[in-house]
Amino acid sequence: MEPIIIEGTPKTPTIKFDASQGVFEIKGRSIPENSVEFYKPLVDWLDLYKEAPLGKTVVNIKLEYFNTSSSKCILDVFKKLESIHKAKHDVEVNWYYEEDDEDMLEAGEDYESIIRVPFKMIEIVE
Amino acid sequence: MSFNVESYFSDAAIGSPILYYKGNIDSDLINKVLDTVEGKLIKVKEHSKLRKKVYNVLVESLQNLYHHVDKVPPDFEDRISERFGILSINKVEKGYKIMTGNFIRTGDVARLEEKIRKINSSSHEEITELYKFILNHQRISSKGGGGLGLVDMARKTGNKLDYLFKEYDDDNSFFYLNVLVSEKN
Repeated sequence: MEPIIIEGTPKTPTIKFDASQGVFEIKGRSIPENSVEFYKPLVDWLDLYKEAPLGKTVVNIKLEYFNTSSSKCILDVFKKLESIHKAKHDVEVNWYYEEDDEDMLEAGEDYESIIRVPFKMIEIVE
Repeated sequence: MSFNVESYFSDAAIGSPILYYKGNIDSDLINKVLDTVEGKLIKVKEHSKLRKKVYNVLVESLQNLYHHVDKVPPDFEDRISERFGILSINKVEKGYKIMTGNFIRTGDVARLEEKIRKINSSSHEEITELYKFILNHQRISSKGGGGLGLVDMARKTGNKLDYLFKEYDDDNSFFYLNVLVSEKN
């Protein structure tokens, strides 16, 4: 499977989804007006990946900001990961947040309470 | 017609102005406003926690305008703007006031007011649960909004959403939203 690599912009995050390593990263700002347009290819790609996932998939979320319309798309990404986890493959989400950013920590906890996949909350100390 | 959409802004404006804009709300404008305000807040060395909250609320305010404004009435002064809105940001003692204004069909006022009242009468825990419920159960609308913007603003600021509807004519009203972003109460 070809990896997805997308450079970040002021409104969209850097994406590195590498099926050969089973490591996926979303990093930066996710505040586009049309978030569905940005995330749909990622969700479609995950649909293919979940047909033959690696034994372990690690997902690193390092977001500085995301808007509410991205929050729904990110949930769609997590739902795909949840179905991989349900099919008895290891999936781990590392949710990074900056040390004073309680809002970002709470956002991670929202997903953790909705999605049945193990989450690790990781504080970035500057 | 003696209706002046800006009058509320001058009445409600306290503190020192950071930014004021009136006109079309498009994607480029949103980028410029976000850049400008972030730059100004960094320049005055605003605490990163408050700076991030202001940025978040500003993104939701602008994108609420972008996704939800209704067309201006046919006799309105600005007939060019496809998405007409007003935005102001003021530094106040406790933090920052973000005010927006936009047209809404008078027939839609009751539904929006009901939504804001529900948010304003909820505790922080209830708002968090409401946020998670909408996140998990509501699809993104045809207008592109997720129905989460107002809930998110109330959650992140911990403050009530101050609002006002003014009737422009029988069919059109003007909606003012005034949010205080402060360090969490």
